[in-house]
Formats: sequence, structure tokens, C-alpha cells
Amino acid sequence: MADIVGGADITVAKAPKFRQTRKGQVRKHIINVKVRNEIGVLARIATLIAGKGYNIESLSVGETHEPGISRMTIEVVGDDIVIDQVVKQLRKLIDTLKVRDITDVPHVERELVLIKVHTPTSRARDEVLRIVEIFRGKIVDVSPETYTIEVTGDEDKINAMLELLKPFGIKEMARTGKVAMRRELFAEEAGE
Amino acid sequence: MSRKGADIVIETLKEENVEVIFGLPGGAIMEVYDALYRDGSIKHILARHEQGAGHMAEGYAKATGKVGVAMTTSGPGATNIVTPIADAYMDSVPLVVITGQVPTHMIGNDAFQEVDIVGITRPITKHNFLVRDIEELPLIIREAFYIAKTGRPGPVLVDIPKDITQQLSDVKIPSLEEVKKALPGYKPHVEGNAQQIKKAAKLIMEAKRPVLYVGGGAVNAEAQEELIELAELMKIPVTTTTQGKGAFPENHPLSLRMLGMHGTYYANMAVYNSDLLIAVGARFDDRVTGKIDEFAPDAKIIHIDIDPASISKNIIVDVPIVGDVKIVLRKLINELKRKGAKILYLEERERWLEQIEKWKKLHPLTYKNSKKVIKPQYVIEQIYEVTSGDAIIVPGVGQHQMWAAMFYKFSYPRQFLNSGGLGTMGFGLPAGIGAKIGRPEKEVFVVDGDGSFIMTMQEIITAVQYKVPVKVAIINNAYLGMVRQWQELFYDKRYSEVDLSLQPDFVKLAESMGAVGFRAEKPKEVREILEEAMRIDDRPVIMDFVVDREENVLPMVPPGKSYRDMILEDGRGTEAETMYLVG
Ligand SMILES: Cc1ncc(C[n+]2csc(CCOP(=O)(O)OP(=O)(O)O)c2C)c(N)n1
Ligand SMILES: [Mg+2]
Repeated sequence: MADIVGGADITVAKAPKFRQTRKGQVRKHIINVKVRNEIGVLARIATLIAGKGYNIESLSVGETHEPGISRMTIEVVGDDIVIDQVVKQLRKLIDTLKVRDITDVPHVERELVLIKVHTPTSRARDEVLRIVEIFRGKIVDVSPETYTIEVTGDEDKINAMLELLKPFGIKEMARTGKVAMRRELFAEEAGE
Repeated sequence: MSRKGADIVIETLKEENVEVIFGLPGGAIMEVYDALYRDGSIKHILARHEQGAGHMAEGYAKATGKVGVAMTTSGPGATNIVTPIADAYMDSVPLVVITGQVPTHMIGNDAFQEVDIVGITRPITKHNFLVRDIEELPLIIREAFYIAKTGRPGPVLVDIPKDITQQLSDVKIPSLEEVKKALPGYKPHVEGNAQQIKKAAKLIMEAKRPVLYVGGGAVNAEAQEELIELAELMKIPVTTTTQGKGAFPENHPLSLRMLGMHGTYYANMAVYNSDLLIAVGARFDDRVTGKIDEFAPDAKIIHIDIDPASISKNIIVDVPIVGDVKIVLRKLINELKRKGAKILYLEERERWLEQIEKWKKLHPLTYKNSKKVIKPQYVIEQIYEVTSGDAIIVPGVGQHQMWAAMFYKFSYPRQFLNSGGLGTMGFGLPAGIGAKIGRPEKEVFVVDGDGSFIMTMQEIITAVQYKVPVKVAIINNAYLGMVRQWQELFYDKRYSEVDLSLQPDFVKLAESMGAVGFRAEKPKEVREILEEAMRIDDRPVIMDFVVDREENVLPMVPPGKSYRDMILEDGRGTEAETMYLVG
């Protein structure tokens, strides 16, 4: 609304206005962190994420080809905007060398899972074996009552396989947590 | 040359030009205290409580801009300094805290006086270290100083196990280059993105109703000159936070003084009606913004800050610029000048400034004085007069802190040293002692509350011992006054656990410790006492000002409310018609 102030028009608020506030989408994020392998690094990173009230879904750490440097892949469900804040704060840590949220960039992700399935009958063993073959898994341990299966893949593949195995009875399961890597773009893609 | 770890600590501190350490010894840190004694060249202030030592180091750092150094033993010594560390973290104060730790082989065994201080302080330090090898000791200490004072400053803790202070080594003190090389993941931004600076310049030239909103980052970057130049060049009114006080002189015609919960009416109205807000080294704290979605609802926002994580944290900004405030402002001014520093809507700008003058006249900071009882605001005004506005003011936390912020006019950076982010009662006296040690040529006035003072009053002894002539004005309302005010306004006067009327005789208390004590109960005594206090320069002076008990800090934006809901100095609400631009 225009208001006359000392003869000149100035447009001003006459009624309360509202500033756009921040609300992001809540979803799963994958964050890669390159760190110096110092004591307490893991605790620092975990403290920071927990401090935002978020739970880490999975976290995997391992050494890289560079001595003294480790790489973490962290999966965390959270509001896009808060995660952006977490990424900025992770970058501020003295021991982090590189932090990147790769959720929205082309990347490959893999997880390794060990699953112990109840297979008391030969029919169950046959069926489980077939499922394992379809998903290109491996039987890594056998007992009269169980098969232990190793499988790697992305989230969809592993979830699909778990769905199929569930009816047999899953006795135990261990997952490594995701590792993920950005896909290298070809020259023409990168040039776009 | 081979020497003990403890000697390496002292040698490294000397390399960092440390002139004073605030601390208190104990078993795990004794070797370092022995080395300090044998060396004899660094001054040590023996606080009477480690919290006191920590706040002294903060006061020293805030007053001088140098790194404050505190030292404690393990266990309880270390936990006692946790509050000052958190305080320094919130207010970006450069601090290096050295703690003794139990010997390496005992760590993790619940040894006597063992506590995992590195774990405890992880979320409240910029970084912390546990020294595991004597060969790393000098590098770690130098890294601690480098991290504490560069980028966004903050506290760094170095935990040193006792055996490491006893071992011998001929390790060299590393150079600054080696320190930087050892921190490959730490590269504070400084320059500011040129494209963003161009965008900011354009917005500033096009703005009709701009306001500069200045925080502690501008003080840390020593950007006063640039701020004054920018404000005058583009005719932009300036408001500051408590941390930003003095970064822009409050007696300047473009000053709006403080904004936020207890900001001036005119600062808050200007921010509310602005069309461009230029945030400089500030972080949109909830005490500043009130209800966030009604904060400056019409404004585009430019945010200049050294800390990328501060930007777009609480509020979406239009032009973020990460960099050192001083450098970015200089570039911004150059860019504006390159474009002729034109104010495109000059007429609107003139009117904007006129409007602000009207707001200033409509609701200046005032209070109703009395001839019978001492009004707290009157005490602050009198302190302003007897110190000719030149003293460093160090408050505690509560109503008195806000009165000090409102009724003293600050003209230079590092003049108002307060616990802003954490709001730590007990900060005042020890921080004032640290400030006076750092700036002995300045008059230092601690404006304390009766509640706050009691939390760290043992440090009077420290001030007496080292002949630190701080002046302490207790604004004695015999209440936890700020809490009482909230209870009065928002809890129907149910005064739950805020009455402090049973209190020590502050005059005798001061005298018992070798300080001077005065009391004023009548308005006319205020000036007399202050003048007498000003003549004492070899001891601390404690002044007990018995004030009107139920005076309130006004104006006030109630917590979680918007500037529109401001309660004015007469206790009434904002009249809608004065809120917006009126002819
Ligand atoms: C260590 C600590 N405990 C509690 C609080 C909560 N608090 C804020 S202001 C205040 C009252 C302060 O009383 P006093 O120092 O007498 O100052 P006044 O408000 O009366 O001027 C309290 C209890 C705090 N800020 N810090
Ligand atoms: Mg009080």
C-alpha cells in the first residue's frame, strides 16, 4: 500500500507481513567425509550430528589410499536445510578435509550384508539358493538348520532380497552400512 | 636441548607472546607450575576458583583481542572451567585452556581426579587436544593458539597428561608455517566472493530503507573504520547487538543503538520497516529477531560473516558473503565508490532518515527518576558521567546488564564486554579483573547484579592481591530481577524463588577481603560514592547501590513475540499507527 510521507510516495507495510521461513523436505541423505585419522574424529562427527537431534542410520569408515586419511559414508535422515547446516559444521571441524552431501549427485552406493536364514528342509534350501543366485549373492556358511548369505548391492537390491528371504525366517543379520562414491562424469556430460 | 615437557609448555607460551596466565594449580599440572616458577617471566594470576580464572582469561581476551590463557589441574579443576569455555564458545572469544591430566597409563581407569575433559568439552570448543606424545607437545600448543585466534575465534583446550610434562625431549618449537602445514583441513575463508560483493553493492544502491545490523564479528575483525565509512557514504542507519556495541559509535547521528528483546524502539521499528538489512558479523540470535517469521518481513538480507555455518542458519538470506568482515567491507566500499556510490532513491532515503528521527523522538530510552529511591538507570547514567563515557563496562547477567547496555553510550570497540550468548551470571567480576589487567590504562566498571555478583565474588581477593583497581557497582534489587520481571509480566506476579533479600553486607564483605566498600541508599549519595571511588586506584572498590526493587527493563519484546508486540517504556503496548511509516 502506498503511503504519502511528506509528499512522496513510499510503499510500506500497513498490515503485518510475514517472512518466508525455512522448511525443508525430510529425507535420507548420504554424506561423504574425508578425515584425518585422529583420535576422537568419529566422536566429534557423531556428537555434531546427535547435537542436531538426528540419528545416524548407518556409518562406515575405512582407510583410503592416502596414509593417515580415512573416508566415512554417513547416512542420516533429516530436513534438507538442517542437513545443509550439518554439512557446513562438519566442514568446520579441524580434522575434516572434505565433506560432501552426494544425495542429489549421480553416485554409486553399495552395502554388504550377511544374513543367516532358517533353512531346515531341502525345499527351503533349494528356494533360498535360487534367490541367492538371482541376486548374485554367495552362501558363505552352512549348517543343518541355516544358510549364511553374503550379498552386496544398493539399497533397493538388498531390500528386495530381504523381502524374499523373510518368509523363511531371518535368524541374524549384519550390515556394513553404505559406502558411496560420486560417479565420474564423461567429458561431454561435464561440459553441459 | 633436552628439557622437560613442562618446560616445553612454558617455552611455547613465550613463543606465542603470552604475558599472563590465569589459573590455579593441582597435582596433574604441578610440573608446569614448577616450570612457570623456575622460568619466572610469565605473569600468573592466581584465581580463587577455576571458573574465575576462565572468565578472567575471557575478559582479558575480549578487552585486548589477544588470546586469553587459563590453566587448571585435572578432574575438578577442569570441570570448574567448563562454563567459561562454553561462554567463550558462544561469544567467539579466543581462549587457550591448558588442563593437566592423569598420567597416560592411567587414563580410562577412573584414576584419582581423572575426568574425560576432552570428551566433555568437545561440543563447546572450537577444537581440543589430548597430548599423547611429547614430540607433539609444542606443535599442539601452537596449533591451539592458531585455531583460537584465526577465522571465527573460539576456545581451544589442550589436555596434557602428567607423565608428558615430566618426560625429556629436545623437540624444536615449530614455526608458524609448520603449524599451518599440520592443519590441512583448516582454512578460514577471508576474502569474500567478488560476485556476491557486486550484488550487495547493487542492492545497497537501490535500497530505499536500509539498516546495518552489526554483531560481535565486526568487533573481532576490528572493522569500526569501515563501518563508519560505509554508513556515512551510503547514509545507512546502524544498529548493533550487545556483542557489536562500540563497533559503531552510539553517539553517531546514524546510530540506532541496540536492537532486539531490549533494543530501542527506533532500532526495532527501523529493522521492522526496512527494505534492506545488511547483517555484519551477526548471527540472528533469537534474542535479536524475536519471532523469526516477523523479523524484518519486508527486507532483503545481505549477510557478511567469517563463519559459513552462521549463514542461512536461522533465516534465509539473499546475498551471503563469507569472509573477514573488515576485508569484505573494504571491498564493498570500493565497489560502491567505483559505481559512484549513488543512492538511487535519494528522496526516499532522506525521508527514511527523517522517519527514524521521528521514532527517536517519539520513544527515546527513558525512565522515571525519583528523589526518594535510587533508580538503577540513574546509577548507570551517573557512571557514564563520572567516567566521561570512556570506561570499559563489564556486566553480569540480568536486568542490570540490560540497563548498562541501554544507559551507557558506547563509543569504541571492546568497550562493553558481556556474556551475550550463554548469559552466564558470575561473568562480571572475574571478566572485569581480566579486562583491567589487559587494559590497565582504562577505567573498568563492573556493573553487577546482587545475584550475579555472589556467584563469583571470591575473586575480590584476587583483585586485592594483584592490586587490580576494578570498580564494581552492584545494582542491588535484592532479587533475581530479570526472572522476577518475567514472572511479573508472564506469570501473574507469582514470584517463585527469586527473593534475595537475605544477603551479605556487601560493604563489610568487601572490607573483609581488603577491598573498599561503599553503600548508597539515597539518590543523592550515588554521585558522591562514585566520585570517591574514582579516586581509588590501588584496590578494587565494591559499591552497593540499593535500588528500586521492582523496576523493569523496558522496552521489551516478549520472548517468542514479534517487534509489533513490543512493550514500551510506559508499560503499554506499541500503538499500531506509530509502528509503520507515518508522515
Ligand atoms: C548461571 C546462571 N544461572 C541462572 C541464570 C538465569 N538468570 C538470568 S538473569 C537471572 C537473575 C539475575 O539476578 P541478578 O544478578 O541479581 O541481576 P538482576 O536481574 O536482578 O539485575 C537469572 C537467575 C543465568 N543466566 N545464569
Ligand atoms: Mg538482582
